[in-house]
Amino acid sequence: MWFFTDEEKELQKVCADFAQKELAPEASHHDEAESFNLKAFKKMGELGLLGVTADAKYGGAGLGAVAATIVMDEFAKACASSTLSYLAHTILCVNNIQNNASAEQKEKYLPKLISGEHIGCMGMSEPEYGSDAVGMQTSAKKMGDHYLLNGSKMWITNAQYSDIAYVYARTGSERKNLSTFLLEKERGHYTVGSPIHKMGMRGSPTGELIFDRAKVGAAHLIGNQGDSVYHMMKNLELERITISGISLGIARACVEQCTRYANERKQFGKTIGNFQLIQKMLAEMSSETDMMKHFLYSVAREYDNGHKGASIAAKVKLMLPKMTTKIALDAIQLHGGYGYSREFPVERYMRDNKLNEIGAGTNEVMITIIAKHLLNET
Amino acid sequence: MLTDIQSELTKQITRFRQEKIEPTLAEDDQNEKFRMEIYRELGNLGTTGIPIKEEYGGAGLFYADLCVALTELAKSSVSYAVTISVSSMVQGIIQEFGNPQQCQKFLPELTSGQEIGAFALTESGSGSDAASLKMTAKKVKGGYNLNGSKMFITSAGIAKTYVVMARTGEAGAKGISAFIVPAGAAGFRIGKKEKKMGWKVSPTCELVFENCFVPAENLLREEGMGFKIAVSALDKGRITIGAIAVGVGQRALDESVKYSLERSQFGQSIFDFQGLQFMMADMATEIAASNLLVERAAYNYDHGIKNQMLASMAKLKATDTAMKVSTDAVQIFGGVGYTCEYPVERLMRDAKVLQIVEGTNQIQKVIIARQLKKQY
Repeated sequence: MWFFTDEEKELQKVCADFAQKELAPEASHHDEAESFNLKAFKKMGELGLLGVTADAKYGGAGLGAVAATIVMDEFAKACASSTLSYLAHTILCVNNIQNNASAEQKEKYLPKLISGEHIGCMGMSEPEYGSDAVGMQTSAKKMGDHYLLNGSKMWITNAQYSDIAYVYARTGSERKNLSTFLLEKERGHYTVGSPIHKMGMRGSPTGELIFDRAKVGAAHLIGNQGDSVYHMMKNLELERITISGISLGIARACVEQCTRYANERKQFGKTIGNFQLIQKMLAEMSSETDMMKHFLYSVAREYDNGHKGASIAAKVKLMLPKMTTKIALDAIQLHGGYGYSREFPVERYMRDNKLNEIGAGTNEVMITIIAKHLLNET
Repeated sequence: MLTDIQSELTKQITRFRQEKIEPTLAEDDQNEKFRMEIYRELGNLGTTGIPIKEEYGGAGLFYADLCVALTELAKSSVSYAVTISVSSMVQGIIQEFGNPQQCQKFLPELTSGQEIGAFALTESGSGSDAASLKMTAKKVKGGYNLNGSKMFITSAGIAKTYVVMARTGEAGAKGISAFIVPAGAAGFRIGKKEKKMGWKVSPTCELVFENCFVPAENLLREEGMGFKIAVSALDKGRITIGAIAVGVGQRALDESVKYSLERSQFGQSIFDFQGLQFMMADMATEIAASNLLVERAAYNYDHGIKNQMLASMAKLKATDTAMKVSTDAVQIFGGVGYTCEYPVERLMRDAKVLQIVEGTNQIQKVIIARQLKKQY
């Protein structure tokens, strides 16, 4: 991007090299085996990337949305699954702690999460409360010096590998009475259900967090009781921008792979890049990818400059995953039979990206947010 | 409107797929397992040789009837539907281009569903440009020696009878001939099995021929007819792939409507949100349009009305619709739609291949455009 600082350009290079070396060679294996590239995850810690937005005093890089998006973009170009796990750890867990926890809590939890010694996750969705997240029913009942947690959280990225969970629970009957708890698996605050088998993002573990009369000390409450809805929604903006970075990385991978293939594959005596139908697919996917890149990074920069807004983040999140699914479907089509086989990565790109139209708020929820904003403005 | 025969066929297949296919489907998809016993039972139901003459054990019905059966079957399993579609295509080739001896010898076990037929045209270097295939059939005493390999062959390994296109003469379409090669012929083996995104119950493999001797009596019609045979078979194959696509779309819609009526968010069923209603209204409309096109293309074929353009349009429209509709279905289901617990993610993975097989949708556009040029 033309407006990247030297520091951002350097970050981009470091991430691209890392992705090429540590993520790309393993991506197809972990997709096939539904396993997690733990080794690479730990190395992200060594590189200092697991706390990209956290304060330097806890080991973080102290950077913002543009930097976090650069990491997602470059990583996802090689392996979207590892990137999703990275996002759940860095944006959903670490960044939330950074923004909402007390100095004491930060001191206690952030260094290990940022070094990669601990893996973090976040729990918002429940089996019956997806788009309607604020309706959640997992309850935390105050019992003197501790809380009793009951319920479960669904679709939790990193659940099986997590040591720390940043979890929202209901502390009162009125709809918005939600509180946040920082839970430790080792202390028995939660257990993890059986792994969830998915269409894509198979190299990123997904599970259920279960709270069965879990006793959680009051020191694990983050912020004030009943005060979490605002923070929850606030962090979603950054989540939506950064998850769109995963789609951008996938789209770029599609363009690169398709261009290579169109130059190599011959039919009717010439490389298929000579056919206008193929040219149309290539030209469109490349234009759309450039458009997405400029849109996404501009919004990320605005976010860092303090011009925040749920509506623009929702627009990013609506457009990038949706366009990338179309691009990835075309990428398979351009490869024909080979594209459908798992020998080429394009079918994985499509399966992985579909998640981005659902996670962090479905396309439909984005539409609702954007429309509500438009209608209330006029 | 379905005929009486079609209604009966649909009813039987509905029951069969729900009772016999659905229970192990998710597991079989995961393990890439094809069950021959299921195929044979489909044979007992009379679905594995629908458009073939009764004297060869077929049902003596129409392609339109085959299409109705495939649409219904594909609601549960694209894989079994495709196995029937391809085997029926092979039977169609043998019936149309084979001599009475060949028909007698090869058809009955295929029509009954005891065995499966496979069609081998594509090679690693020749996909859409099929006429440039490289595999050779060299004339020797009493027959031909086949050398080369075939790629992406549906039902490879489970099929007993293969119709194989190989070059007996000059470069280009006119040098190609079609042979019937039985499984187990010396010098013929099944190569690497493809790992695929979807369509996993149906095996797709490479075929390898190393000095495989095929007796002259297994040549279909005469030398040089191979490409013509392949093209005429694909014209029919396109219609049946379209029918399968309609089934995929319909199932995706059925699941979406049911789920959205049951699932509540924000205190109401998600069906009541207009965003979803419009999505499903579009889905239903596109599926209905696809179904009508497929029906018409099959009708034309059954009544000897030559219309290659309509067959291509039916394949193009129905498979694009299946892709779009199944993608939307995953979206309507949200998180659970992305998991293997519900069928919609499988429908989406299975749908994609329909845009590629029996001529990619790009090739359909080439065909349609070619016809357009002739018309004006």
